[in-house]
Amino acid sequence: MTGLLASILYEDWILHALIWLPLVGTAHVLLTSAERAKDIAFRWSALVFVLSLGLWWSFDPGDGGFTMVSTAPWIESWGVSYALGIDGISVFMVLLTTFTSAIAILGSFEYVKKRRKAFYALMLLLEMGVVGFFLATDIFLFYVFFELTLVPMYFIVGIWGGQRRIYAAIKFFLYTAVGSLLMLVAILYVYFSSGTGSFGYEAFMNAGLSLREQLWLFAAFALAFGIKVPIFPFHTWLPDAHVEAPTPGSVILASVLLKMGTYGFLRFLLPFFPEAARHPVVVMVMLVLGVVGIIYAAWVAAVQPDAKKLVAYTSVAHMGFVVIGVFALTLNGLQGGMVVMISHGISTGALFLLLGMMYERRHSRLIEDYGGIGRVAPWFATAFVITALASIGLPGTSGFVGEFLALLGTFETHMVVAAIAATGVVFAAYYMLPMVQRVLFNKLDKPENRTFADLTRREMAIMAPLVALMIWIGVHPTPFLERMEPSIEVVLERVEGAPRAAVETMEGATMVEATVNPVEDPSADPAILPAPANVPARED
Amino acid sequence: MLTPALLLSAVIFVIGTLGVIVRKNAIIIFLCIELQLNAVNLAFVALSRYTGIEGQLYVFFVMTVAAAEAAVGLAIIISIFRHYETVNVDKFNLLKW
Amino acid sequence: MVTGVSAASLASAGMAVQAAAEWQPILPGLIVLLPLLGFVLNGILALQSARHSSAALREGRDWDPFAGARPPATHRLPTWIGPGVMGLAFALALLNFLGMPADLHDPVVVPYWGWIVTGDLSIAAAIQLDQLSMVMTLVVTGVGFLIHVFSVGYMGRDPGYPRYFAYLNLFVFFMLVLVLGSGFATMFVGWEGVGLCSYLLIGYWFSDREKSDAGKKAFIVNRIGDVGFLLAMFLLFNGFGTLDFIPIFAGAENHFAAGGVTITAITLLLLLGAAGKSAQLPLHIWLPDAMAGPTPVSALIHAATMVTAGVYMVARSSVLFALAPTSQAVVAGVGVLTALVAATIAMQQYDIKKVLAYSTVSQLGFMFMAVGVGAFTAGIFHLVTHAFFKALLFLGAGAVIHAMHDAAHHGDGHLDEQDMRNMGGLRKYMPVTCAVMWIATLAIAGIWPFAGFFSKDEIIWYTAAWAGAESNPFGQLYAVYWGLALLTALLTAFYMTRLMVMTFHGANRTGKAASSHLHEAPNVMTVPLIVLAVLSVFGGWINVPNALSDSFAGLWGSLPMTEWLHHWLEPVTHTAAEIQVAGFGEAAHAAPAGGGEVAWALISTVAAAVIVAAAVMFVGRRKYVPAAQDAGPRGALPRFVYNKWYFDELYDAVIVRPVLALSRWCWKAIDTVVIDGFVNFTGNFARLAGWATSLFQTGQVNMYAFVLTLGVLFVLGAAVFL
Repeated sequence: MTGLLASILYEDWILHALIWLPLVGTAHVLLTSAERAKDIAFRWSALVFVLSLGLWWSFDPGDGGFTMVSTAPWIESWGVSYALGIDGISVFMVLLTTFTSAIAILGSFEYVKKRRKAFYALMLLLEMGVVGFFLATDIFLFYVFFELTLVPMYFIVGIWGGQRRIYAAIKFFLYTAVGSLLMLVAILYVYFSSGTGSFGYEAFMNAGLSLREQLWLFAAFALAFGIKVPIFPFHTWLPDAHVEAPTPGSVILASVLLKMGTYGFLRFLLPFFPEAARHPVVVMVMLVLGVVGIIYAAWVAAVQPDAKKLVAYTSVAHMGFVVIGVFALTLNGLQGGMVVMISHGISTGALFLLLGMMYERRHSRLIEDYGGIGRVAPWFATAFVITALASIGLPGTSGFVGEFLALLGTFETHMVVAAIAATGVVFAAYYMLPMVQRVLFNKLDKPENRTFADLTRREMAIMAPLVALMIWIGVHPTPFLERMEPSIEVVLERVEGAPRAAVETMEGATMVEATVNPVEDPSADPAILPAPANVPARED
Repeated sequence: MLTPALLLSAVIFVIGTLGVIVRKNAIIIFLCIELQLNAVNLAFVALSRYTGIEGQLYVFFVMTVAAAEAAVGLAIIISIFRHYETVNVDKFNLLKW
Repeated sequence: MVTGVSAASLASAGMAVQAAAEWQPILPGLIVLLPLLGFVLNGILALQSARHSSAALREGRDWDPFAGARPPATHRLPTWIGPGVMGLAFALALLNFLGMPADLHDPVVVPYWGWIVTGDLSIAAAIQLDQLSMVMTLVVTGVGFLIHVFSVGYMGRDPGYPRYFAYLNLFVFFMLVLVLGSGFATMFVGWEGVGLCSYLLIGYWFSDREKSDAGKKAFIVNRIGDVGFLLAMFLLFNGFGTLDFIPIFAGAENHFAAGGVTITAITLLLLLGAAGKSAQLPLHIWLPDAMAGPTPVSALIHAATMVTAGVYMVARSSVLFALAPTSQAVVAGVGVLTALVAATIAMQQYDIKKVLAYSTVSQLGFMFMAVGVGAFTAGIFHLVTHAFFKALLFLGAGAVIHAMHDAAHHGDGHLDEQDMRNMGGLRKYMPVTCAVMWIATLAIAGIWPFAGFFSKDEIIWYTAAWAGAESNPFGQLYAVYWGLALLTALLTAFYMTRLMVMTFHGANRTGKAASSHLHEAPNVMTVPLIVLAVLSVFGGWINVPNALSDSFAGLWGSLPMTEWLHHWLEPVTHTAAEIQVAGFGEAAHAAPAGGGEVAWALISTVAAAVIVAAAVMFVGRRKYVPAAQDAGPRGALPRFVYNKWYFDELYDAVIVRPVLALSRWCWKAIDTVVIDGFVNFTGNFARLAGWATSLFQTGQVNMYAFVLTLGVLFVLGAAVFL
């Protein structure tokens, strides 16, 4: 497989292809008829997904820096360049994006009835924006993509949404815009104070900011990403957006858009402002917000009459685990956070798809309108139960690995926080099982539920890979963990790194090294590079 | 010679301004605007004696703009009159909020 | 390119692969995989048959798979697959057991793959075979096999037959993961997995609201315990950097000071986990509700295996508990209190399964007391014998319910088929069931020479003996435990006899029409009962204590397997025993009230026999009326006990309702009013400001010109004068 990929120079063009092919797809969709739009959109997204799968084999985490780097000047007078790169953190986000985009488009075939061309064009545009966000290593480029994702999502919620779609769309837009504008100010501040006249990743890492500056800038970045995550108390846009969004919108929102926030923590927030990030007060604030999110969102979720809103709140709870995992600043915590991100993307995406299927059949999101579905739709019920169990973190599913590592990592540095967060495990059962019971179990006492159709072939094709992934990651997460570990260690070393001056030279050198010759010679200069002691054994 | 010329220009300008503010007939307001423009032209010409050719140059620009403005403005007023059968500016205040 | 986990990373997991040196187990992974295979096959059949039933339901009719002459393949194959994989697993376990050298000192760990491997944590999916896990595996697969066979008869006419066996096989798979896992993390996989299966099987008839409620309750209460387990794991990982049993137990003594804060916290948290799983106070409330599941499930999961996982876990962590005497005292206290409370409740229940459920809770309390006072072998011993006789009791009750169900089907009006007030005199109709259940009753009552006598006597004796240990700081507390345990043992004899008399003796109360349809269970059900009855008689002989073997109890030295279990488990428990002796001194050789082992053995068996006889007289003389005409017990104390000490009501008022109310408040007040209020306020404020300033736009051109002029004058003025 690697040989094949190398023979077609896979690494040279894949990152560009992943960003621009969806745009080509957008154009194609716009040029066809409304009837064919969904098929064409699905084919493009499937093509992108299949192409991205090569990353699983060809991606080599190496020393944890960016690989497959390519840079071209874009706006030279400002020091902006079109710079892409991928590392052990972004590779999973990209795969998750291409995967859920294809799944979400497949899952929208029945749901979206009006203005189909526009819808599928926007879906592909959204995919492009998100992939670009995860691949950009130039801060200006990253910000462009960050804002670019906002537009398609705004229209997807605002046009194809439910009753209160305008309110939800505007709320979503404003919440996100507030954060991102503050971040823009912070970006410009770093840009000017670094004095290099470059928006490059390394330039921002070596901006030489004082602790005071870092704290303020950290706050601006954290607000932007924290709204996206969302962290309590900036979460109220999420339930509204989820409830009103059409099924594929909800899937993308939960699976991918929320990850942009936590990815931002790992990629930008921690490496740019390491001193602020390890400041005890900052850490404590973030941890407490994370824990409050876990418990509070679980409680609120438990009393929701609307199934979609319930799942939306569970997203807040899950992302709380990511937040505590990340800000525990331990290897296990960060890795756990990453796994929760992947796992949440899969299981919550699957839950929204299932809820969408329910809505297509019965045109209701209220839990009380269901009951006894397990008797008439056994395949549906099986998929639903497995997904729900993965969502509440049953061992053997992906949810457990993530939450376990995140809690374990948090416990290493902050026992009390982890102990309180661990009660989230109980509350997860407290919100999820009653919904499962009231939808699938109990009496089949509503006549209109008697005709509830079981999964169609298309729906099975959607659910099968999702369920398989949940179990695969739950049973054998090591292939995932070992790919992300070096990059996470780089982040961790950056944050925990000893005196600032020393770290800067070392990290800067590492980054440059990684940029210049990413794969061919990972240990170019043993004097500069940290010894690759923790790189696990690999075989080709 | 400069002071009387500038004084005259100022007086015409103030008359024009007051006319724009006080009068209700759109045609009159329009003529008052022309008064203002010509007051400025007068100031330009007077000052160009001391500063050079640029002042007279600008007068030509202003006259061109004024001519264009007169054409467009009168056209608008005529179409408004056709619609409302009045040129009293108090009667057409839809362009708000 | 990365292909799975390499040998190098497994080695970096720090696992000692010792299999080659001492003993090569035969396909241990297959023991675990066979039930999983059964689950997959039965699961496919279940989904296949559900297709028919749901299609029929959509057309508005009921699908009866047994309507034709021969049921469809989906309902025939599970009969062979379900018990079949269990039989094979049991055979394989037996083979390994027989091959295991008696002097095997170190556990054999068979690794399969690196499950969670990060920079500083490495958890392997590995099986640990040692004497303790071997005993548990035998019980799980052996008793499990018998219950699977019984289920063929009991569930044979259920439309969800393949689904039932799928769940049951999955349960056994997770239970084997639990007992065979080589570390706390792998154990936890089984731990939550069996909880899941328990949830699925309690709510097996999920259309019934009450039954699916019971499943949900079990899962949530179990999860409360699981938090304790998780936190204990985190503390252990902080201390040792690993979660594998071998390094933790080997290093515990050097790592923790005996009685230190950390080790006490770890063990108390583990106790919380164990209490959740094993239905100990204060988390016992789910088990009686769990009786909503099919009766063989109650026998397998809620009597013989899953609920004993907590006991197994404490015994497995014996080294840790021995290092924390305070925790031990708490464990034993929880156990004895649970035993007593549950026994009192059992005395006033009318539902035959509820009596057995509380009896199980009570017996689990005994096991906790055993492992709490450091008698780990005695705890496991009672676990084994209890698996035999309680499985027998539940299956016997299942046979009774099976018969009552058929009778109720033909009888007049509604008849609660589990209420003992509707039974009576069943001995005439089902003599085999009656006989084997009497054996089990005598066993649980602790009457010589049945299995329960030896195991229960050993627990009570060890409590007494450690109460008298010279430097036991909790000596007097242990003495109290001992007294309460004796009392509970007598209560046990009473409520079990009451159950037997109400069910099988006296006049029949099913009603005339119904009683003619009462029948003995088919052979596929009675044979497992008889096998279990044999085990309930002789099962106790595997561990006749030395002190008793030369007395009446050991038939004056003629029983062959004296102290066999004790010796067998010694490699697992000896470290804990040494720590305990180092802390407490040698155990005493007399009970707190005086008297030696033989004397107390005699006293307890005679007392139990007297109680059984008295109960037969007393209960036999009472007149019971069918449930429909009975108002329940009279008097404050009986009512209090009948209502289960109002635990459910208490929790409802103190925990469930407040949390619900708080949840609602968080949603309605904080989310909707405070946060969204602020968000909407910013939006509304912008609108308001826009509206206010828009008032300046009157549309009057003169007005605009005037303001414009004022502005120009203002700026000019500022430029000139400032």
